[in-house]
Amino acid sequence: MATLTLLGAINHTLEQQMEKDKSVVVFGEDAGFEGGVFRVTAGLQKKFGKDRVFDTPIAEAGIIGAGVGMAINGLRPVAEIQFSGFMFPGYNQIAMHMARMRNRSRGKYSVPMVLRMPYGGGVRALEHHSESLETLFAHIPGLKLVIPSTPYDAKGLLTAAIKDNDPVIYFEPKKIYRAFKQEVPEEEYTVEIGKARVVQEGSDVTVVSWGAMMRDTLKAIESLKDEGISVEVIDLRTIAPMDSETVVESVKKTGRFLVVHEAVKTLGIGAELISRVNEGAFFHLEAQPVRLTSPDITVPLPKGEHHHIVDQKRIAQAIKKLANFE
Amino acid sequence: MFFEKYDPLKEEMFAVLDKDGKVINKDEEPDIDDETLLKMYRTMVLARVADVKALQFQRQGRMLTFAPVQGQEACQIGPMAASDTKDWLVPAFREAAAMLYKGVTLEQSYLYWYGNERGSQFDEGVNVLPVNVPIGSQVNHAAGIAYASKILEKGESVFTYIGDGGTSHGEFHEGVNFGAVYDVPMITIIQNNQYAISTPRAQATKAKTLAQKAIAYGIPGIQVDGNDVLAMYRVAQEALKRARNGEGPTLIEAFTYRLGPHTTSDDPSIYRSDEEVEEWKTKDPLIRFRKYLSNKKLWNQEKEDKLQEEMKQYVIKTFKKVEKTGQYGPDDVFDFNYETMPKDLKKQKEDYLAYLKESEGE
Ligand SMILES: Cc1ncc(C[n+]2csc(CCOP(=O)(O)OP(=O)(O)O)c2C)c(N)n1
Repeated sequence: MATLTLLGAINHTLEQQMEKDKSVVVFGEDAGFEGGVFRVTAGLQKKFGKDRVFDTPIAEAGIIGAGVGMAINGLRPVAEIQFSGFMFPGYNQIAMHMARMRNRSRGKYSVPMVLRMPYGGGVRALEHHSESLETLFAHIPGLKLVIPSTPYDAKGLLTAAIKDNDPVIYFEPKKIYRAFKQEVPEEEYTVEIGKARVVQEGSDVTVVSWGAMMRDTLKAIESLKDEGISVEVIDLRTIAPMDSETVVESVKKTGRFLVVHEAVKTLGIGAELISRVNEGAFFHLEAQPVRLTSPDITVPLPKGEHHHIVDQKRIAQAIKKLANFE
Repeated sequence: MFFEKYDPLKEEMFAVLDKDGKVINKDEEPDIDDETLLKMYRTMVLARVADVKALQFQRQGRMLTFAPVQGQEACQIGPMAASDTKDWLVPAFREAAAMLYKGVTLEQSYLYWYGNERGSQFDEGVNVLPVNVPIGSQVNHAAGIAYASKILEKGESVFTYIGDGGTSHGEFHEGVNFGAVYDVPMITIIQNNQYAISTPRAQATKAKTLAQKAIAYGIPGIQVDGNDVLAMYRVAQEALKRARNGEGPTLIEAFTYRLGPHTTSDDPSIYRSDEEVEEWKTKDPLIRFRKYLSNKKLWNQEKEDKLQEEMKQYVIKTFKKVEKTGQYGPDDVFDFNYETMPKDLKKQKEDYLAYLKESEGE
């Protein structure tokens, strides 16, 4: 057992998987020598050499497209996009090839590749460094998308992603990279992709969130502890494929549903979750389902960010309203 | 005819001044009036002082992350001084000096890096695009602006900047190529400051120089001492001549050095040595230009001290103003997404304002 931050857990997992599996290679802009702008890959080049851990030119289509090629021909690439906002030049490769190679070749070729990218706001970063682009990946058949919110899950999900024979997008909530530590087992383990985690059981309201927003959600619930509201909290963990079952079963029990996310409202993951709740638990609902999201606006520069991301106070207020709705 | 003398395959570097500000290429010394020379120098000093101060403000927690320009003032001021007011500047993200010369105010520049979009709302008649963070994408805009200028017969030429690392990007290729195919009035300046964050220039491309890339696009390319403001001016002048004569784009590699960190989040000591930085400090573009001006009897120590003090006061005053005016109301995030706000977004805004009101007392 080691006590690790989320960032530390990712670094440890990469090292462990590279040790166990010679086909794992790690690369990205500044990911080699320097170990990445956040130091997620620190120390790996020194340990595993420049063939397996390397800096790439600034070229996202190149990083992702070459990754697809490597994956087709025997490697297990774990590629880094420096910030999720910069995946767009490589989106062509993601949507046209990474996601479709298995289907196009009727299973002859597969793309066992992991694409890591720090995402999300709240760190007063530069323009295009704070987006939450879950929907853009979840909307593409053939892709998996996971988002850990704890060091334990960071390791388990990354291990599962590297072992997966299909492409996995691995979102890293950079706001909580170093926010807290947790005990992480030294030995290899996986967290099942496609399985949500019930963080806390409750009977009045179901709240679903993921990534950095999970922390704010838990703090909001903590601030309500004297209100006598029993909240069931679910960390979705995998956005695609979505674990409707865990969510629907919970709503059947509570009858009230709130989803909290950083991304904009329209066609956000919240919309999908509410659809599934309606499909699966409609007759159990005691109040209309609620999504707490950013409004449909461009991610503002840091001085305007507080108008974009919902905060703990707003989450608490929404939970209270929902619990008291009659 | 100018560019034909400089074959990028020969790997020569075009220069006018040596590092002590002495003219080493008399034939190519540009004929610039005193007033312009002094404006160029003043803007270089303003950019430098603004940069040094912003670093201090950032360390005090008063400024957000920004991309320092220190060391690269000459590659920016030279071409901008050669340009006309109506010519465009399409920057990447490390062009604060060029932007200031083209009429972006220091207040705007600071506002942007302070985290407020109002810093990109430039004055009427200032043909400058906002800071462009996604690497390479600006080059295509420059091609398009130049294309429009051409077919609408506006007579505007377009400067765009990119870093050495940025030349690896697909969009660099697409943009330069697009411009070349249609012979548009576009000038691409690569600021080769030797690093892309931690990645050295040699790892960005196998090409011996970045100027050589021009060959494949069928346009002139030239490597220039980017710390020599007169060389940068002179080459830009010739590139503008081509642009205005309808002869098409030019690619300029400005060989320079980033004296500061990549951004304030970066620790350069991981990937480069102090000796290397010290060596480049001796080639500081400001020192070189100052010596040139002194030799011309346009400058002296007294003037220098006065200017430094003046700029320091101006920069501090401007930053304090930005700290006051840089705050952000809800209108700012909602009102500029569309020309006319859609009904649905209006409703979202109303809901948000209602929430703000409701939670005011709490
Ligand atoms: C498409 C894209 N990918 C990645 C980044 C992150 N990034 C910001 S600056 C930078 C390095 C740029 O190096 P260079 O082009 O040499 O310009 P310099 O910073 O040296 O001025 C990187 C990789 C980005 N801004 N845009």
